[in-house]
Order: sequence, then structure tokens, then C-alpha cells
Amino acid sequence: MATLIIEAGRTEKHYWRDLWRYRELFGFLAWRDILVRYKQTAVGVTWALLQPLLTMIVFTVIFGKLAGFPSGGVPYPILVFAAMLPWQFFANSLSGASGSIVGNASLISKVYFPRLIVPASAVVVSLVDFCINLGFLAVLMLWYQYVPTWRLVLLPLFTLAAFAAALGVGLWITALNVKYRDFKYVLPFIIQFGLYISPVGFSSHVVREKFGEVVFMLYSLNPMVGVIDGFRWAILSGDVQPYWPAFGVSLALVGIGLASGIWFFRKTERTFADII
Amino acid sequence: MDSLIKVEHLSKRYFIGKDRSGEGLRHKLDFWVKAPFRKQSNGKAGKFAEGEEFWALNDISFDVKQGEVIGVIGRNGAGKSTLLKVLSRITEPTKGRITITGRVASLLEVGTGFHPELTGRENIFLNGAILGMSRREIKAKFDEIVAFAEIDRFIDTPVKRYSSGMYVRLAFAVAAHLEPEILIVDEVLAVGDAEFQKKCLGKMREVSGKGGRTVLFVSHNMNAIATLTARCILLEHGLLRSSGKTEDVIRDYLESGHQKQTVYRADPVLERPSITRAEVITSADNAIQHHAAPLIFEFDIHMPEGQHGKTFSFQILDSMERPVVHLWQYDQERPMLRTSGTHTLQCEIPCCRLNVGKYTVRAFLGGAPGQPVDEIAENLCDFEVVIHGRPTLFGWRPETCAYLEDAVWKV
Repeated sequence: MATLIIEAGRTEKHYWRDLWRYRELFGFLAWRDILVRYKQTAVGVTWALLQPLLTMIVFTVIFGKLAGFPSGGVPYPILVFAAMLPWQFFANSLSGASGSIVGNASLISKVYFPRLIVPASAVVVSLVDFCINLGFLAVLMLWYQYVPTWRLVLLPLFTLAAFAAALGVGLWITALNVKYRDFKYVLPFIIQFGLYISPVGFSSHVVREKFGEVVFMLYSLNPMVGVIDGFRWAILSGDVQPYWPAFGVSLALVGIGLASGIWFFRKTERTFADII
Repeated sequence: MDSLIKVEHLSKRYFIGKDRSGEGLRHKLDFWVKAPFRKQSNGKAGKFAEGEEFWALNDISFDVKQGEVIGVIGRNGAGKSTLLKVLSRITEPTKGRITITGRVASLLEVGTGFHPELTGRENIFLNGAILGMSRREIKAKFDEIVAFAEIDRFIDTPVKRYSSGMYVRLAFAVAAHLEPEILIVDEVLAVGDAEFQKKCLGKMREVSGKGGRTVLFVSHNMNAIATLTARCILLEHGLLRSSGKTEDVIRDYLESGHQKQTVYRADPVLERPSITRAEVITSADNAIQHHAAPLIFEFDIHMPEGQHGKTFSFQILDSMERPVVHLWQYDQERPMLRTSGTHTLQCEIPCCRLNVGKYTVRAFLGGAPGQPVDEIAENLCDFEVVIHGRPTLFGWRPETCAYLEDAVWKV
């Protein structure tokens, strides 16, 4: 039989093994949230589609038609929607994760399990909406008779990057939100600003051409820039390449965000039950 | 036998006073902004001024052996819940060390993680997973759980439509079918109707007896503690007050609760009849009563106005708070309390047959059946029964019986 020692400040040696042991609970929590999500709603899953769809229409009109941003020969709705996919996933994950620990307060203060699985399962739930949106993108491409290239097979890789970005930032905000409920109010700002700061309604080339490469490197400190560029590169068939050095910076930041998010979350999770 | 749980010098500190969780960032930002301008006067520089500290647990040590069922008792705020939380790894100790051998499952509240929108079936799986069961385990026990909870017709109904009784039954059923080596249980029996409580007690007994499971059991229900556990620990203000045989610890617990008093006095209440004095007149001084001597109780009842149909009764309770004797007086049988003012009721037991031990009194003042009760007064007068001049081979002990009867033997 396994022997467990509980002591003050003892860093949990079996943390990752525990995390693996609780994988079923992780699945159940995600499954619960998905089940509960659309119970007693009239149009159900359609809600997952409505928001990105309307945003796409608005962006196409504002950035494509009114401002006349270049799209590199791609139908503007597809250009926008290819970016809406990771962005919507990122935004949904953040709002889902940020409240997840507080929302499961009764669970946190009553049962032990690695707390990491709560925000992680919230991110997984957003993956469902992501898949629905992906289906819609396929419909959109059929409608425009738009044929992607072989690069589409790399999409899972970029999805993984989006997942890592969402989880990293999500963990920071989740842990901070347990102690400072201010983040409940900060988050909508981040999401709203992020939608315009990140190259969702326009191509990142617009930024590079207008402000030059130094500024663009700074711009790429936003991890979602790299993720979105990756998505566009994989989905769209144009021969426009992402600016690889900046892309590397973005992805490195995704990695740093995830690692530091896990570190910070683990550091604070021991006190969750006391301060929640 | 080895100890499955070994607790050494366990302490847990909380900071009370200011609730800093709700203060938000402003305080912290303010603190850091002002930091360079603050005089570094004390050693706490770089830290927040700490609130008042409070030790929820203070240097607790005990052992639990394989297959043992241990009760944890204490008043509210004594540290029971904190102890269980630390044991089940929900919160970290401040000092000390716990060594646990085997899988632990804790039931700190039945129905933890139940989601109202999900059906009974879905909640069984979810709750099982939360309590640490694998999907396979839950599947294997599913029918048993449903049968135990008696909800088979409603298994596919969302639990928000369940009655509270059904909800609790389902929650306990899932928990009762856990099979860890160590089970930590908190107050599950405080819920459900009497019938279901009995069933839960039975299940608990079965779990601890047959299964050889080690159980830590926290409850305010002294009857449940007494029937389920052989050993107990008593917490008081975070300290371990006593530990040992359940009977002794429970007695200690009940005695620690109230100041010993032989006379009870209270001011009359204006709007309703009330008990203003209760006194026990024992056969010796200092509230010592000799077995087989007369025992007299006196009660003063204040009536703001005379009433008909009043009833009065009182119970003698033993040290485990079990009623042993019930005596009463009704206006219908013998007129009393029909005028305003203070009336004295006296009750004499000519030959007190109580066994040795400590006793207390609880009194009821009311009307006819169905009428409202005016007052229930507890712990009115304490007294102790002793036996002299009657030999016994094994010594007089309070736990052998409550009552000694005259009897004629033929052998």
C-alpha cells in the first residue's frame, strides 16, 4: 500500500502521477460541463456558432469592405473565420477557466484532487465549440469553393499551440482570480481588447507593412499573433508566409506562458481551500 | 498491528480578523507602491501586517490502527473539520506531520459535486469519480447503489426535481459503496429521516465491521458515535483534550459542556408561563444521592395568568444524555397552575433506584397534547448517585445499567 506523508510546505512529489490517476475525474468534469452547458436552452449548440458568425460578418464589413484591408486573394469571410477559430477558442477558454475554481468552490473545499484538472477541463470544454466552428469553416469553404493545401494537415499542431496558449494564460488568471476577484472584471477587458489587438479582423501583414519589422517583433509578443498566423497559414492556400522569426517569438511566449502558468498555479493551489 | 494513520504534532494556523480574500488587488498594489517610503521598522518588512492568528489545531498527535473505527468529537469550532480537511489533503498543515498508509476517501459532505441539472445516473458517475472511484468500479456497483438509494424510477430524472430525501439517499448511497482502506466521514448522519439514518448506521457498521475498513468518524450524534466506535478523541479549542475508550471520552465531552449546578434559577417571563426554579434535594450534601434513599425535586412555575389544562413533566438523563426516568403531572388529573403567580411543584421519589453515575434533569412545561410548549429547559440540576453498604463482586459501574431493581432469586 502506498504511504503518503503530509507535511507543511512539502512539494508534492507525486504531483504528475496524481494528475494521471485523476484523469477520469478530469474527463468527468469536462463531460459534466458539456452536458450542462446547453441543457434547457432552446437552440442549444447554435449558440456556439452565433457569436463567431456575427463577429465574422461585422469584421468582414468593417475591415474588408469599409477599410478595404487586403486579403491576399482569400475571400474575406474565410480570412476572418480562420482567425476567429483560435481566437474564439482562446477567449472561451479564458472565461471558462477563470471562474472554474471559484465556481467549483464546494468541490475544492470538500475533496482532494490535483486542482489543475479544473481549469484544464474548462479549456477542454471550449474545444467542443472549437470543433463546431471548425465544421462551420468547412461549410464556408465549400460555399466559396475554396480548396486548402497540404498544409491543412498541420492544423492539429497549431491547435495544440492554441491549447497551450489558452491553458497558460488561463492558469494565471484562474489562480489570481481565487485570491483577487478583480480578475473577474479584468478578463472581459483582456478579451475585448485582444480581439482588436490580435490580427483577427485583418491579416498580420497589414501590421508588418505599415510599421516595419521591429514593431512587428514587439507585436508578436502577443502569443495569439503566432497562433493566428499559424492557423491562417495552415488553412489558407495563398503563398503568403508568416514572418518566421516573429512566429518563433510568439510560440516561445506560448511555451513560457504555459510553464509559468503551471508553476504559479501549483504554487498557489495549496492555499485555495483556505482562501476561496 | 500497524498504524494506518499516524498524526504527529499537527498544527494548523489561520489568520482571522480582516478578511483579506475579498480585499482585492488594491491593498497589495497600495502596499508595493508605498514600500520604498516606508520605514523598515520591524522584521515584518515586505510582508503584510498579519491579522490575529488563530490555531485551529494545536499540537495534535494520535494513531489509528488497521480496522479501527475512531470517533472524533468536540463542540463547534473545536477543530474537527480542520483535522479532517488536513487529513484528506484539502488544506495543508502549518506544522507537524501525518503518515497515511493506504487509499483515503473522505465524505466531508454527502452530495459533494452533485449537479442539479444532471440526472441521477449521470450524478452517480460524476460523484463516484469525485470520491475517487474508477469508472469500472462505479459500473460494477451501479445497480447496488440505485437499489440502496431506492430511486430506481427516477434514475433518469435531473436531481433538481428530487425531493431532499431522495437527494440525500442517492448521495449517501454513492459514498457508502466506496472501497478505500481509510474512510473519513463527517456528519453524514445528520441528514435524512429516521428510517434512512438507521440504514446508514447499519451500512457504516457493516463497512467497518466486515470490511476491516479503517474509519474516522465525526459526529455530534453521541448515539451514533457510541454504537459505531470503540475509541474516540475529543478536541477542544484545537487541543486534544482526551482520547481513549469511547464511553469515557463521551462522558468527558458531556461534562466539559456545562457547569455543574444543583439549583436552576431564571427570571419569570412576562407573556407566557415559565420555570423559574428547579432544585434537586439529594440525600447527602454536594448533590450526592445515596442509592435507595428518597430523592426530591422541586420546580417553581411562574404563571402570568391562571390557565387550565397545563401539563408539566421532567426527565432524568444519564451522563450519556439518555433519558432514564420520565415523571409527569397533568392539570386534568390533579388541578394545578390555575391561578396567576408562582407555584411550587414537588416530586418525591421514595426509593431512588438509579445506578451509580451522574445525572441531570430536563423539564417540559406546556398544555394539552397539540397545544404549544411553553418551555423545555435542559441541564437543570446535576446530581450523582453513589452506593454504599451494598456489596458487589465487580464494583459499581455506571455503564452496566441505568437502573437497579429489587428482585427475588431462586437458585
